Amino acid sequence: MPKPQLDTRRTAEDSLQFILAGKWKTGLPIPSAVAIFGSRIEGSRIRKISFDSRELAAWDTSLVGFVHQLSSQCAFAGIEVVPGGLPGGARRLLKLAAAVPPATDADKTVAKLSFLDRIGEAGLAAYRATLHTLEFIGELALSFQRLLRGKARFRKADILEVIQACGWQALPIVSLISILVGLILAFVGAVQLSLFGAEIYIADLVGIGIAREMGAIMTGIIMAGRTGAAFAANIGTMQVNEEVDALQTLGVSPMDFLVLPRVLALVVMMPLLTVYSDLLGILGGLIVGVGAMDISLIQYLEQTRNALTLTHFSVGLVKSVFFGLIVGLAGCMQGMRCGRSAAAVGQATTSAVVIAIVGIVVTDGLFAVLTNALGV
Amino acid sequence: MGTTDTNQKTPHIKIRDMTMAYGSFVLMRNLTFTVNRGDVFAIMGGSGCGKSTLMRILIGLKSPAAGSVYYRETNFWEIRESQREKMMKGFGVLYQSGALWSSMTLAENIALPLELYTGLGKNDISELVALKLAMVGLAGFEGYYPSEISGGMRKRAGIARAMALDPEVLFFDEPSAGLDPVSAKMLDDLILELNAGIGATVVIVTHELPSIFAIANNSVFLDNQIRTAGATGNPQQLLTRSENPAVIRFLTRGEKTAGEPKEP
Repeated sequence: MPKPQLDTRRTAEDSLQFILAGKWKTGLPIPSAVAIFGSRIEGSRIRKISFDSRELAAWDTSLVGFVHQLSSQCAFAGIEVVPGGLPGGARRLLKLAAAVPPATDADKTVAKLSFLDRIGEAGLAAYRATLHTLEFIGELALSFQRLLRGKARFRKADILEVIQACGWQALPIVSLISILVGLILAFVGAVQLSLFGAEIYIADLVGIGIAREMGAIMTGIIMAGRTGAAFAANIGTMQVNEEVDALQTLGVSPMDFLVLPRVLALVVMMPLLTVYSDLLGILGGLIVGVGAMDISLIQYLEQTRNALTLTHFSVGLVKSVFFGLIVGLAGCMQGMRCGRSAAAVGQATTSAVVIAIVGIVVTDGLFAVLTNALGV
Repeated sequence: MGTTDTNQKTPHIKIRDMTMAYGSFVLMRNLTFTVNRGDVFAIMGGSGCGKSTLMRILIGLKSPAAGSVYYRETNFWEIRESQREKMMKGFGVLYQSGALWSSMTLAENIALPLELYTGLGKNDISELVALKLAMVGLAGFEGYYPSEISGGMRKRAGIARAMALDPEVLFFDEPSAGLDPVSAKMLDDLILELNAGIGATVVIVTHELPSIFAIANNSVFLDNQIRTAGATGNPQQLLTRSENPAVIRFLTRGEKTAGEPKEP
């Protein structure tokens, strides 16, 4: 008989005996103690409960759980539960569970905040986050100053390693995304421009669009997901392992040793990657223009050359320097502020990427307004 | 040996009326004790009583909420940060996890402090690195990364790094935590050897009773209940003479609550 079975027997006017039989194992349909208490005991004249487990074939903690729940219900109602008839092991476990009363001051339920309270809390949190960010930027500036005076201590090998990681190791993904963005821009433009017989302007659209905006933005976003996340995870893990503490006790500023080389390497590499991305984006546009739209190769190149001025190109490059700074700052800052647990590293990584991408798009917007106002 | 009492004790670290806190949460208050030169000093107490926090204050990573820490006559938390950083170079610290820099080999880990502060040539440094690794029984492991060796080896490599600059004070945060009894014993012996060999004052944060009795000649017990030092002194003597039941409970794994009757 595999199923748990439960019968009751009145042993006296005010006493009830539960007869347990079958297997009481986790995963089998164990009766609900609350339901039984409600239907059989509550409101009756029963003042004492006992058990008979002679027919019990097997049991595990689900039996203990049943009895424990029943007991706590009965305790409220002032009914005595006699565990004598239970298997010896179950009696021990029950005793163990009852040995330490539940902590009354360990309750973690937090009072529910009102809507206004929550807005206020969010505002204060944003204020603190802004202060932290400014503080971090200030520290980085001081660290940069130490670098210029030749006093910043870091390993040259580190900077080369980061340059490698955010340099040529990033080329495959940058290539793929840039060509695809070029293709997409060209296709979308081609459909509209061909309505006017102006397919040749695909070259202008792609050339300016990629050089001015998309090259830098796409590279920035790729680096945020690739390198910024890696910075946060790397420094965050060092924080968890006390490696950052170990640097500090050595009198080495983690800002100089960990943050500076990473941010510097990224700021140097971002414009280079952006130039590469620009070229491949234009190549993507060329594939569509020449391959699908009947424009000759020479025509397309000539048109691109005429449309693309150094100004467009430089706007993209200047932005890429800022994007590199944003990605590096966000990654390193989240890593340095990381808590001391595995979950905190995950959070740090996530917010590094989110902050970097938001930062890139907002900065790009600011640049659009600024260049428009300046007429460049 | 560092465990034997010397006749003339000069104070090395003095903690006076110190309070340590996280925000408004006070961990310990009015801590006052002295670590003498050449001591093997145990900071003991139950889990979560603030042992590691006390160590972080002593090594300059966290400031005390009140009170002072003196190294010899220098008020450690009153001086300027740059001066404090200079003093921190005289500390060797073994962190709980070893805290070796994971992107560097063992040799690079130990070489870094030497490269930063000694101005020695490459060959001299690699010779010193080999020596320090040999002293902790890790000769030949120069090229290994921290992730490639066992936990016990990582701790020993951590000790080698802590000794790189021949520190005046060695701090150990729960050195034998997570080690098997034999490795823990080896580590204890190593700590004693270093204490005697290079004459450094040793401060150990621990709750491992065998370690405490085997190597510490002086100690402070942080009492979680009263949130201050429950007792200070030689752990062996505390066991027989302390009046504080919490100390006795700790030192006897809760089996006794009062000290043994004093011998006539």
